[in-house]
Amino acid sequence: MATAPEALLAEAASDDGLVARPPSRARVTLRRFLAHPTAVAGLAVVALLFVLAFAGPHLTRWSYSDIDYTALRSGPSARHWWGTNRIGQDVFAQTVRGLQKSLIIGLLVGVAATAGAATVGACAGYFGGWTDRLLTFVTDLLLIFPSFLVISVVSPRLKGGGWLVFALLLALFGWMITARVVRSMAISLREREFVRAARYMAVGPLRIIARHIVPNVASFLIIDATIAVGSAVMSETALSYFGFGVQPPDVSLGTLIADGTGAAITYPWMFFFAAGLLVVFVLAVNLVGDGLRDAIDPTSARRRPGRRRAR
Amino acid sequence: MNDPVLDISGLTVDFGGVPAVRGVDLHLGRGEVLGLVGESGSGKSVTALAAMGLLPAAAHVGGSVRLDGAELVGAGDKALSRVRGNRVAMVFQDPLSAFTPVYRIGDQIVEAIRTHQDLSREKAAARAVELLDLVGIPEPRLRAAAFPHEFSGGMRQRAMIAMAVANNPDVLLADEPTTALDVTVQAQILDVLRTARRETGAALLLVSHDLGVIAGMADRVAVMYAGRIVETAPVDALFAAPRMPYTLGLIGAVPRLDADAEGRLEPLVPIPGAPPAPGALPPGCAFAPRCPLAEDRCRETEPLLTAAGRAGKATHPAGAADPAHLAACVRAEEVGALRPLDVFPVPGTDGALRKAGPGGGRPVADDVLRVTDLARTFPLLKGAIVKRRVGSVHAVDGVDLDIRAGEVLGLVGESGSGKSTTLFEILELRPPERGSVEVLGRSVEGLTRRDARALRAGVQIVFQDPMASLDPRLPVGDIVAEPLRAQHADRALVARRVPELLRRVGLEPAHADRFPHEFSGGQRQRIGIARALAVDPRLLILDEPVSALDVSVQAGILNLLLRLRAELGLAYLFVSHDLSVVRHVADRVGVMYLGRTVETGAVAEVFARPLHPYTQALLSAVPLPDPVRERARTRILLPGDPPSPTSRPSGCPFRSRCQVFAALDPGRKERCTTQAPALAPQGGDHTAACHFPAERAVL
Repeated sequence: MATAPEALLAEAASDDGLVARPPSRARVTLRRFLAHPTAVAGLAVVALLFVLAFAGPHLTRWSYSDIDYTALRSGPSARHWWGTNRIGQDVFAQTVRGLQKSLIIGLLVGVAATAGAATVGACAGYFGGWTDRLLTFVTDLLLIFPSFLVISVVSPRLKGGGWLVFALLLALFGWMITARVVRSMAISLREREFVRAARYMAVGPLRIIARHIVPNVASFLIIDATIAVGSAVMSETALSYFGFGVQPPDVSLGTLIADGTGAAITYPWMFFFAAGLLVVFVLAVNLVGDGLRDAIDPTSARRRPGRRRAR
Repeated sequence: MNDPVLDISGLTVDFGGVPAVRGVDLHLGRGEVLGLVGESGSGKSVTALAAMGLLPAAAHVGGSVRLDGAELVGAGDKALSRVRGNRVAMVFQDPLSAFTPVYRIGDQIVEAIRTHQDLSREKAAARAVELLDLVGIPEPRLRAAAFPHEFSGGMRQRAMIAMAVANNPDVLLADEPTTALDVTVQAQILDVLRTARRETGAALLLVSHDLGVIAGMADRVAVMYAGRIVETAPVDALFAAPRMPYTLGLIGAVPRLDADAEGRLEPLVPIPGAPPAPGALPPGCAFAPRCPLAEDRCRETEPLLTAAGRAGKATHPAGAADPAHLAACVRAEEVGALRPLDVFPVPGTDGALRKAGPGGGRPVADDVLRVTDLARTFPLLKGAIVKRRVGSVHAVDGVDLDIRAGEVLGLVGESGSGKSTTLFEILELRPPERGSVEVLGRSVEGLTRRDARALRAGVQIVFQDPMASLDPRLPVGDIVAEPLRAQHADRALVARRVPELLRRVGLEPAHADRFPHEFSGGQRQRIGIARALAVDPRLLILDEPVSALDVSVQAGILNLLLRLRAELGLAYLFVSHDLSVVRHVADRVGVMYLGRTVETGAVAEVFARPLHPYTQALLSAVPLPDPVRERARTRILLPGDPPSPTSRPSGCPFRSRCQVFAALDPGRKERCTTQAPALAPQGGDHTAACHFPAERAVL
């Protein structure tokens, strides 16, 4: 082993450095993801939604809080593209403003909760012993905490951070069940031979978790995250309804939908634009999730032509 | 051939359009033993199950299976039920799943009897006890009341045979009856099968992948490949002069326990490639893509199974027309005169590489591994909330090993002998419970983290199951690079090293972006070896590296290991339950029994002059793939199963099964019962842990 570097360098020199770099997992996964048309479409839709949410306010002369007393409950027109609501606010301005909030809350909660769950669950499962006991205790503790009460007590005191901190609070109470599942999966993975092999090759425990444990529970994590995105938007709505979270005159997709539900039949523009965007958003996230899962899992049922079993 | 009792003709089975069996003809004469050989996926088990009508409804069965002239294919469930277990009985591979766990063994045999015979419950019970006695179960009256889980694997297989012969069947189908068993237990079970056949006079269809088992048991052999019979012949003719290149390759690929006349071992002959996937068969002969003798006509039409040797009489007198010797090969006459090495080229220098001869002695070099008196016990805990220790499992209880640089030590023993625990104790690099472990000249006591990391670069492991030991979610390039990255190698080095390693083990560097599931079993094991070689280790620990592979693929891996060892000067700790493989690969051998080393020495010496009675029994139990020699051998049959490692008997742990102890007079027995024998030198570096070592030729 002491002679290794010299010998290797000598051999490499004779190789003329012609060899291409072997593709790493990140690049293989990216390539597989990009080869998945619906996943790319989903990603494009999410990107377009972001563009709409952040460029939209600059396209219209109305701000989300402006009130046009000359047009109450008026339908879509050149003056108000998506119409106005019952007090004369511009629906387009409000919807894009709400979309900003909901996109960020949804994605942030989905990603943060899942990442937290993966970290806690994988560490508890892989290390076992006292780490496991401590982390499981914390998980169970948070699980029995009345999250609604905690958020309602804490959020009024967080004037500075506002809805961003609110999103983190939602994430804080959204990871426990996932973490418990990840923990049990990690316990069985820990005994698998490839994890043992990595340990005997002097791969550090945190690297083993990142390289072997988490990718092998990724399918579950991704499905969980895509569901969490949708439910985060809805639970934000529920909390906002009770006066926590996003407060008027500020809006989110959730509050817009809640306000517009009653008028869905009589004044459809108040409801359907916001609801439609939410559906499009959740759908796009699901497509991205599916694509990512297939890209990470090489045994996924999708078969691409030209890639047969190696002989 | 007399009137066949079981006549299978044109049998086809397909599962959802994918053919598993493609036109099989088999004739089983009364009282005859027919061996059905083939690799995994060749359709041999499906053939046996189809004969019994036991395939799932999704399978589409065609052709005909006649039992004494009565058609079984397409027969109703009622008609089949009258036949199954009565006139045709089956012995399955896995006896645990073949018994209902909640009923007593005796009751299950009684049920089998009373389903087909009009017998009172008492009489049937008495018959069940008789049957259990016949298959060699001690205290049959007591054991009949036991549940399946209370039986060991070997005992369950005996009970299974008892159940199969309960109604004096005409035909016994045995599907890999000994594959899940240890070699000494396998010898017992084969013996029981012989007894059962003698008692009932049944014909036996023995399905197996093990040519040694077939050579010892069968009268005639049929070889299956890709769902068809490719050769069938009387056992002696088949082994002496096979006429199908595939059969020739199979025989050449099996490592043998016995040496040839000059005391040398023949190089193993791997068959290139892998069997075709059932859905994607090549046109023409299914074996043509792997066959070095293939001609254009082989790729056009599939050859029929015909009596060979008609045209070859003049050129090859030994292969004179024999109506019983059929082969599906257009060049059958030529093949009959060839030896495996003539047909299958051994790639590169693989064949020329021989390990140091018996006279060569041990290399003068440093120890890369020295283990003295290693022990490891696992606590047996009881209780749900407060766990209390109720006993200990002595998994490893006194193991001594030493390997010098460039040397190969084979570690053999049956399951439960503590081989794997020994490996893992060494690899953990932590101070052992008892004894000492020195790796690359360093004691594992008081290693810092940095030291341990450096030490791990010198010792790498290859696991048994190549699928389980490769992360399914990592591309092969990353898998191979992992040990390099763990040693903080820089990126450029990794980028250069990975293609080089893949080439070295015989894989395409361009396959680095594929995932493990895209490779065949043999290729996966090559990936595992490439990974282990990445950091240029000095010692490679091989944990049953070929036991999950088919013989033809196994030969390729063994040759690769031999070549790598010669090229890189590696030392191997080669753990295996298969003595033939150890004989082929190792320089020295250590035999383990119940967590202890019982005999060590040079391979040629230990295999030729085994001194410990356990080694003798082990060697004598391994079947030779040579019908003439196999049938001429006398076999030492060990009674019973290894005792549980939870109890540590006083004195010699082997004495409960020892053939030498049984023959001793009471005065000398005393020594075995009170004193545990230590490993003592027996001349040269041959050591054995026995009070009364006596030489005995067993091969």
